[in-house]
Amino acid sequence: MPGVEGFMYPNEIELQWSVLIVLYPFLTGLVAGAFILASLERVFRVQAVKPTYRLALLTALSFLLVAPLPLQLHLGHPERSYEMYLTPHTSSAMAMFGFVYLWYLMAVLVLEIWLDYRRDIVVMSQTTTGWKRWVYRVMTLGSSNISEHALAIDERVGYLITVIGIPSAFLLHGYVGFIFGSIKANPWWSTPLMPVVFLFSAMVSGIATVMLLYMLITWVRGQKIDMPCVDTVARYLFYTFIIDFSLEMLDLIHRIYESDESFRSLDFMVHTKLYLSHIVVQIVLGTVAPIALLALTQVLELTEADRKRIYVLAGCLTMVGIFAMRWNVVIGGQLFSKSFLGYTTYKMGLGAREGLLMAIVLTGLPFVILGVLVKLLPPWPETDSGSAPDATPAY
Amino acid sequence: MNLTRRHLLILLPTAAVAWKYILAGTPESSPNYTMASHWWSMLIDIPKCIGCGNCVRACQAENDVPDGYFRTWVERYHVTEWDLENPKVDSPDGGKKGFPPALEEGGKNFFVPKLCNHCVDSPCTQVCPVGATFISPDGVVLVDQKYCLGCRYCVQACPYGCRFINPKTETAEKCTLCYHRITKGLTTACCESCPTGARQLADLKNPKDPIHEFLKTHSVQILKPHMATGAKVFYNELDGSVR
Repeated sequence: MPGVEGFMYPNEIELQWSVLIVLYPFLTGLVAGAFILASLERVFRVQAVKPTYRLALLTALSFLLVAPLPLQLHLGHPERSYEMYLTPHTSSAMAMFGFVYLWYLMAVLVLEIWLDYRRDIVVMSQTTTGWKRWVYRVMTLGSSNISEHALAIDERVGYLITVIGIPSAFLLHGYVGFIFGSIKANPWWSTPLMPVVFLFSAMVSGIATVMLLYMLITWVRGQKIDMPCVDTVARYLFYTFIIDFSLEMLDLIHRIYESDESFRSLDFMVHTKLYLSHIVVQIVLGTVAPIALLALTQVLELTEADRKRIYVLAGCLTMVGIFAMRWNVVIGGQLFSKSFLGYTTYKMGLGAREGLLMAIVLTGLPFVILGVLVKLLPPWPETDSGSAPDATPAY
Repeated sequence: MNLTRRHLLILLPTAAVAWKYILAGTPESSPNYTMASHWWSMLIDIPKCIGCGNCVRACQAENDVPDGYFRTWVERYHVTEWDLENPKVDSPDGGKKGFPPALEEGGKNFFVPKLCNHCVDSPCTQVCPVGATFISPDGVVLVDQKYCLGCRYCVQACPYGCRFINPKTETAEKCTLCYHRITKGLTTACCESCPTGARQLADLKNPKDPIHEFLKTHSVQILKPHMATGAKVFYNELDGSVR
């Protein structure tokens, strides 16, 4: 049979989870990582990263809004997906998705963004005209009190939500890792390290995304990049990356040393079908290279321009590496037979419902949403953008 | 009365409907069947299997299984004297049309029929997000086709590769132990068509079922016991190389 080597159980030849399921942990990882970066400023008082705070929140929201779409498009019966809310099967890890997602979206992210922007929204609902005025009016949710006392309450509640939000972000992505890690039938997935590895890789990808977006948007706006901020973000990226890499290596060394019944099959797969995406792209280009680049910025006295170039290069490689990691987990976990006697091939369609074009659209969609959000709720200080009006607060 | 074209136009559709719903397709009821009195399983007697593929064909015909997918299939193992970890296995088209002559010389050849193990602690039931997959009170793992989302998590969770997504219904499908037959006192299509009796439907709650004597007197094993799924398909003389 074309694309099949050795023996596969007859029902295993077709892959069940496609590139869209690769996108799902990739997108939710960016959400969790971006939020945790935002919490550095809010909860841990790392003032240097303040310029990225609001951008990180809006980035998290943009990606979170798109995260369920690949799942929905992948279902055989998307019209029945509401059943997961109405009659969730409590023993299923997947059944909790809807609740974890809604909790994170409504109780954490939207609420925190609203509280943080409430003053701006109220001001803009009074100073803008036309349809924008109506949009901002709706966004105030009828709460136009921006007295010092009210804003102080907003600040305290916002702080509390961020504190709740950190474990929620951990839950969101650790849970995605659990969906894979709890499948005992699949030795490529089945490890208790999976949720932790997913979590740290999420933080890595989220921090890298916000760093790249901040540098790109600041450059497009013709503003000066706040180097202490980017240096601090890059330092956190470096630290998180080292933890992530250590965990992945721990998993790898454990598998090699233990060499259980699945090892020979998985080892063969990594050296053949997954060689390019796993060894070359994920480990060498997407992990070792960016860690080495970031390490350079920590030990050498580099100029500002050099540091910027390195950060952009390391950030881009990181994104490629994390995507490759998701790919290798999801697709790699389906390329070998559960008999450990054979391998199949993933054939990605181009224009199909779960094809390449759909994946590209879904990857681009969060950036479009982010563009709209940034236009509606500018994340930079008023003096910088000049877009937010100077208004007298209403009491 | 003379039949006119008008009469025929009325009578023919009426007859068609009657044929479909009254004469041919009305589901038979099984009023005497008590689920709590049964606990279904299957016995596979490996030395008796000749790899004819009758069971696969009967299953496909009985259950309208689409081509390229299998509720049951037959594997052929070739094991050299001592290399149990590296058997040569093939299953062309699930063994539906039998097997070509074995090319490997030396060692031993044998056939292993496979199907859903109707596990007591089935991983597929555990992971289904809406409970569309369930274990019936008589021990059969079933899928509610009108409820299944088609998320494919159950297919990933089955250690035995027994599930697939039916391309017509876009829902999960698997062996039902011919539930529509066994609840009416019949055996499964695969057991019925097996010329050597290598497959035997068994009711573990029936003290008169010959399986009890068989299990007491033979060396019987289940597939992948380390998975701890509580598999209920028992294999007589299962070779250690089978996975």
